[in-house]
Amino acid sequence: MASPTITDAAAQTRAAPRRRTNAALALLGELMLVAGSLIALYVVWQLFYTDVTADREQTQVVEGLPWAYVPSVTAAGNGSIGDPGSPGVIDLISDDEKQSPDTAPVMDEPATGTTFATFYVPRWGANYVKPISEGVTRREVLDRLGIGHYPRTGMPGAFGNFAISAHRTTYGKPFNRIVELKLGDSLVVQTKDAWYVYHVTDHYIVQPTQVEVIAPLPGSASGAPDNHYITMTTCHPMYSAAQRYVVHGVLDYWAPVGLGVPAEIVEEQG
Amino acid sequence: MIFPALWHALPGPVWARLVVLLVASALVVWVLFEFVFPWVSVTFDIQDQSVEE
Repeated sequence: MASPTITDAAAQTRAAPRRRTNAALALLGELMLVAGSLIALYVVWQLFYTDVTADREQTQVVEGLPWAYVPSVTAAGNGSIGDPGSPGVIDLISDDEKQSPDTAPVMDEPATGTTFATFYVPRWGANYVKPISEGVTRREVLDRLGIGHYPRTGMPGAFGNFAISAHRTTYGKPFNRIVELKLGDSLVVQTKDAWYVYHVTDHYIVQPTQVEVIAPLPGSASGAPDNHYITMTTCHPMYSAAQRYVVHGVLDYWAPVGLGVPAEIVEEQG
Repeated sequence: MIFPALWHALPGPVWARLVVLLVASALVVWVLFEFVFPWVSVTFDIQDQSVEE
């Protein structure tokens, strides 16, 4: 960095106080240019680049799960008729294959960062699928893997509260369109062994400290569970950390993996 | 000041200096995007989506 030019310039500024003022102003100007560029770059990174990297990683994670159903645009045909083995035809879970919530299998909680389920929301399109991983820390889970499961809340299908969290903006924004969810909309979870089909029952906005929304009996800090709940939390308003948007649902039925896919997720709800 | 000094400190013809500066700024952006900005975002809780006590 040291060059004759710099020392010459330094000598000149020592000699002339007026030049020193000019030099200080020029330095200040340059520092402000640098600061402005940094802030602009941060905005570009937060609003665009995090989506690029997180979307790529989340897609790879889902495709890396051998058991996960990945909707494809071409395969979304009329699934209920036709050859089960022929390409482009999806088997649907029939009514007598639907099992009561009381008998739902509940897996053990895996290690932090382990992806154990996939999430389908027909209201957000027939192609919507995001991985669900253990933990809600940002750097390990939410900023990379998408949807996180609150540790020590119920697992999918549990009698209690299966509570998950995800970004609403940036980092792949898994819960971007959460306000579009209406009462009765399907929320579908697949694990290695089972499908769990929930429907939306409630939504509201809370303060970030209101942890009772993920309690076994949602909204009650100490109550005993009375149903098989699912709870989604995300930030509110968008691009803010001020409040949390909460959606609750209850389990309609479950079915073992292998018989087909729930009819709910084959077509976009709307 | 900083920018003129940097320009004079670089050796070679104008195009070579431009190439060096382009590569250097790409490197700076990469370090910011991959390491600095993720740390800033998490450390200062610029957005958060989970409930916690």
